[in-house]
Amino acid sequence: MTLRLPTGGLIDRSKPIHFTFDGKLCQGYHGDTIASALLASGTRILGRSFKYHRPRGLWGAWVDEPNAIMNVTLDGHVFPNCLATTTYLQDGMAARAVNAWPSARFDLKGGLDLFHRWFAAGFYYKTFMWPDWHLFEPLIRRMAGLGAVSPEHLDTYTSDQTHDRCDTIVIGGGPAGLAAAEAAAQAGQNTLLVEDHADLGGSAHQLPTIEDTPTADWIAARQSAIQSAGGRILTHTTAFGIYDHGLVGLAQSGPFGTAPRLIRLRATRIILATGAIDRPLTFANNDRPGIMAVDAAAEYLARYATLPGRQIALLANTPQADTLAAQLTQAGAQVTHVDPAQSPLSARGGKHLTALQAGDRTHPADTILASGGLTPLVHLWRHAGGKLDWCDQRNAFLPGTPPGNMTATGAANGTFDTDEALEHARATGKNTPTQRPDPKHHITPHWPAPGSKGRQWIDFQHDVTLKDVELAARENYTSVEHLKRYTTLGMASDQGKTSNMPGLAAMAAIQGRPIPEIGTTTFRPPFVPVPIEMYHGAHTKQLWNPLKRLPLEPQHRAAGAALGDYGGWLRAGWYGKGSPETQAQSEARMARQTAAIFDASPLGKIEVMGPDAEAFVNFVYYNTISTLKPGRIRYGFMLTEGGAVFDDGVIARLDANRFVISCSSSHVDSVRTHLEAWRQDGNDPDRIFIHDTTQHWATLTVTGPRARAILDTLDLDTDDFPHMSLRETSWQDTPLRLARVSFTGDTSFELSIRASQAPALWSALLDAAKPLDAGPIGVEALSILRAEKGFLMIGKDTDGETMPHDLGFTDPRLKKSPPFVGDRSLHTDKANAPDRKQLVGLTVPAGAPPLPTGAHVVTDDETPRSLGYVTSSYLSPTLGRPIALALLENGTNRMGDTITAWHLGETRQATVSPPCALDPEGARLDA
Amino acid sequence: MTRYSAFTLFREGLRGHKGWSKAWRSPEPKPEYDAIVIGGGGHGLATAYYLAKNHKITNVAVLEKGWLGGGNTGRNTTVIRSNYFYPESAALYDFGVKLYEGLSRDLNYNIMFSQRGMIVTAHSEHDMEMAARQTNAMRLNGVDAELLDRDQVLKRIPLANTRPDCRHPIHGGVLQPRAGTGRHDAVAWGLARAADSRGVDIIQNCEVQGFITEAGRCVGVETSLGPIRAGVIGAATAGHSSVIAQMAGLQLPITSYALQAFVSEPLKPVMDTVWLAPPFGTYFSQSDKGGLVIGGGLDRVPSYGQRGNLPMQETVLAGLAEMVPALAKVKLLRHWAGIVDVTPDSSPIIGPSGLDGLYLNCGWGTGGFKSIPVGGSLLAHLMATGQHDPLSQPFDLTRFPTGRLIDEGAASGIAH
Amino acid sequence: MQIFTCPFCGPRDEREFHFAAEAGKTRPDTTRQIDPETWATYLHAQRNDKGRTREVWMHLPCSELFLMERDSVTMEVFSTHPLRKEPQ
Repeated sequence: MTLRLPTGGLIDRSKPIHFTFDGKLCQGYHGDTIASALLASGTRILGRSFKYHRPRGLWGAWVDEPNAIMNVTLDGHVFPNCLATTTYLQDGMAARAVNAWPSARFDLKGGLDLFHRWFAAGFYYKTFMWPDWHLFEPLIRRMAGLGAVSPEHLDTYTSDQTHDRCDTIVIGGGPAGLAAAEAAAQAGQNTLLVEDHADLGGSAHQLPTIEDTPTADWIAARQSAIQSAGGRILTHTTAFGIYDHGLVGLAQSGPFGTAPRLIRLRATRIILATGAIDRPLTFANNDRPGIMAVDAAAEYLARYATLPGRQIALLANTPQADTLAAQLTQAGAQVTHVDPAQSPLSARGGKHLTALQAGDRTHPADTILASGGLTPLVHLWRHAGGKLDWCDQRNAFLPGTPPGNMTATGAANGTFDTDEALEHARATGKNTPTQRPDPKHHITPHWPAPGSKGRQWIDFQHDVTLKDVELAARENYTSVEHLKRYTTLGMASDQGKTSNMPGLAAMAAIQGRPIPEIGTTTFRPPFVPVPIEMYHGAHTKQLWNPLKRLPLEPQHRAAGAALGDYGGWLRAGWYGKGSPETQAQSEARMARQTAAIFDASPLGKIEVMGPDAEAFVNFVYYNTISTLKPGRIRYGFMLTEGGAVFDDGVIARLDANRFVISCSSSHVDSVRTHLEAWRQDGNDPDRIFIHDTTQHWATLTVTGPRARAILDTLDLDTDDFPHMSLRETSWQDTPLRLARVSFTGDTSFELSIRASQAPALWSALLDAAKPLDAGPIGVEALSILRAEKGFLMIGKDTDGETMPHDLGFTDPRLKKSPPFVGDRSLHTDKANAPDRKQLVGLTVPAGAPPLPTGAHVVTDDETPRSLGYVTSSYLSPTLGRPIALALLENGTNRMGDTITAWHLGETRQATVSPPCALDPEGARLDA
Repeated sequence: MTRYSAFTLFREGLRGHKGWSKAWRSPEPKPEYDAIVIGGGGHGLATAYYLAKNHKITNVAVLEKGWLGGGNTGRNTTVIRSNYFYPESAALYDFGVKLYEGLSRDLNYNIMFSQRGMIVTAHSEHDMEMAARQTNAMRLNGVDAELLDRDQVLKRIPLANTRPDCRHPIHGGVLQPRAGTGRHDAVAWGLARAADSRGVDIIQNCEVQGFITEAGRCVGVETSLGPIRAGVIGAATAGHSSVIAQMAGLQLPITSYALQAFVSEPLKPVMDTVWLAPPFGTYFSQSDKGGLVIGGGLDRVPSYGQRGNLPMQETVLAGLAEMVPALAKVKLLRHWAGIVDVTPDSSPIIGPSGLDGLYLNCGWGTGGFKSIPVGGSLLAHLMATGQHDPLSQPFDLTRFPTGRLIDEGAASGIAH
Repeated sequence: MQIFTCPFCGPRDEREFHFAAEAGKTRPDTTRQIDPETWATYLHAQRNDKGRTREVWMHLPCSELFLMERDSVTMEVFSTHPLRKEPQ
């Protein structure tokens, strides 16, 4: 039989909506939530509790609901753990109670409740230890959990994020919030009002009139006044957290299944008008379906024109209960007022309530509306660091010492009388300091009575009872945080909104201490559960970490490049359709036999300029740079102050006061930061300037025995051009920096040109290369060429401890006298240790395959110990055999030794050799 | 102390659980003890437990300024592992895992150590090379490790992102089968109960405010409950190590940061292992209650605030959504933060403090929970014998002047 | 997110900033003998104050280092000053 009234409410009866619950067809209206539609249709059991699978009905009408959690399927997509009271109905929804099978009404696991006496709080700490926890865990994991996740990802449901600011944010669009926002906006403040329901009004809807105006008109007038004064209003928007520096996190909900929009709002002033919720009463079987909060019943009546039941026992002593009793009677329900002070109280009936027992009287009822008084929703106040004060008259924690720039008003501030709330709210909106009015009504406390009979629920969702709190006290888990964690009260998805107060009151009563002495647990965001999706915004897929792109990317693609992520840049790994291995081998062969073109644009180019530039680079580099002449290039290392090699690369001197530092492509930002920090800290920053020109120049390397021939074709003069020198010249009237430097060991030139001119240069180089059977090579081939020469790759052939003398660069450590970054660290015990890992080459026996990269070099003991590891390993096309580099303890003193390489239990033999496997004299540099 | 077992649970169930005794007493502090442990978190409680168990020293007080286990022990993401690179780290953390393996039985308290494995995935060829290096290092150190290829990873993590537009596709990973998770509060409570039953006084709501020194030696502490003297003092106060050190006139190589952690609404089982994906910086597992327990990097603002801000929340959760797009619509239930004490090499500090009579066990950074038993047993050894155990020697404060840092971050190639 | 005020660019989102070091450390003169403890102290020792702190931060978009005084518990920011000039 329907509990829906023929008229009234905020629903639109002209728009019926069809949905299913646990497979059963139901109907509601536009404006209903799943919960209100089910309540109206006479559904009494909407879910099962987490531990005991007890049947549960609705307690609340909004975020205070602990029981009615459902998996909702819409358009074939399943959304887990939807709270039925905050999920607005949409046509076609199929809702299923979580953690119940086959349905909430007939859950097979309901039988677990028979064994409740062994499932008390903390029972799992006392057993399941023998023989092994792992035997019990899988079953427990299957029993736990609520909603199920489907494996498909929904592309259409994307999330959006934005920033916003205002002078004053009012959180809560009930009577106090509306009044405060109006006052603030009219006082000239840039005002934002946020309300989590679809409609403004909050608890106002429970009253027929406010300030002698019909409620709907009153609300509309406030809304209009706010907007006329320039204020903004957002509905469907929850303030879920307040963070440092006055940042309010807002979640603006859209259509069902879409991620809420994250609004990061900076407010100069925050007004909390979030209202209050009812405290449950703790009595025997107080979890039965049909037991609902007074305030929730008022909401169902006002918003959804739905009665909570037909035969109602009203178990409350609050003014709100009296108002509601009259409204329910007028709507056709039978209401009996019962004084909660009577004891013992107990609910009769199982899946359907039959009566409320109060003392020795039995009151027949299908519904019990209960309230122990109102608890202000102070979560956001606490997020912001505000303090709470205990109020004996209201039996509640109220906002106390404020966090900076925050005030509370209305029911959130403990003012439950509408007129008083409006007056206080208006003063608050105008920023006039105003006292909280004294409470009109003193609540008689009805806290849990330890030792009283029957099963009495404290946390509905997690099935924590008064006996569990007594047990926690008995075992000395008495601090409020121990109580929470031991019993799990307050840790369910409703985060203790209805359980925290009864829980700590029970502990207070057991210990004979006042409630404020027990204290509260920490309130933390989010105020309500929010989807993980809300946090990512556009920071997803390729935009998670956007690749840096080359000016010549179209040219590489046209040349058939296989593009991949190399150090955060999208670069050509190889060209052509063969396998990476085949292509890399043939490209490397080509580079050694004739010539090759390589796009080296990502290499850092950081200019250091100024009268103190020379002293500065000399300080920042391990090597002596002060002796570097203009037009010359030197290879060097920058160290951390701990002495480890931070980056390697060449530095070129353009003139007396100008250098270009070439750093690893993946380290450009960190090198620049490193340089800037040293520039400004301990030096005169007006005499040194740092400028990162990496993205302004494209750099193309021409390498190989025929490299000069290619440059000749472009009319670039390479006569009298010593190795490790640089010229500023031009090509086709564009400035060109021409450097003779080699990362391949062959004759090699680097051509740097303005990025916009790079395509022309590329084409010209390729045209010149073609007749020589030369062409482009990718990063994979270059890696082989470098490894053949023992030219290390930072972070691969070095680790974070490698010092320059481990790499064979010993002189500056012993001979450089001006200070430099990391200098003292090169002489610690560790730096001087004889077993330091040094860079060596490894040669395998003839015919053996390459060593696995990552294999460790080990001792020959019973239990082998690691002496180092293989850092690079390739088949060398030039040498026709495998080559490898490794970091090996005391490696330079082991030249010629046979070592054992260990990989996943298998061993190989190799000989320690110099890192440079090809042309150690460097003859190829001058071909 | 009532023994916990299925039998006593069954019996007490029939009697309304009236027969359970207190898990620990709430004694008043004595004016003097043989030993004081400052810090009633996991490490401090473990120290007291091992002082009693391994060294028969029971006239011990644990002084905790709040509620026991209320610091980082009550705030972490519950991961227990020993997948480290250097032999010193491997020995330390793997001994920790071994201690955890027997801990429920030792304590007679189910700490629910679930050895469901941990996978650190590799997302590029370079990553796979490093994964091979790491796997080999672990195995040579005697720690269980397997190098997995992509298919093997996906078999264990069926929900992992395999979409073609994934920015960092999985190439493989390193699995440590013996790694897993434990119930963090239970570790603290189990240790407290076991230590208390052996005579240790756990004094909660007792804040150490200074040290009492005589002739250059530390002989006691000033507390909010008055002075308490002791023959030897150990400090295990993660998040406040520098504060305690300052009281002793010492400066430590520690910077404290907020480390945030997250838990989702409970779900039916979807994730059976612990997974860290380094390019996303996020890791997660699923608790036995069904919530996803998620963690990531530090909020890089030095902080004692025990709270973090949106930028890191967005980064960590965006990382999770990229790792497992199917979990994006799952709702976040709660987030919180602890204070982590970060050292220059992200390895702990265990050893003499520099003030005679005071020993330190601190600087565990984000790795304190997994090392509760080993940290406690090593601090207990120092306090009882005045000497390092070979496991703790490398982590002494003297490693900084000698340059012998044990830098796991460096092991992955990063110089910092 | 938090807001820090770069002395040159004004109030900006915390993500634009990088914590460089505690203020007040001076690099020892490495042309002289420095014992290992002194060097280790310079490299690694931290006040790590709970409460009021003095720190050096870098604003990454402009690369400028500056001094910030703030509270490491409440997150209140008291002042920011360019590094080169001591606050008056």
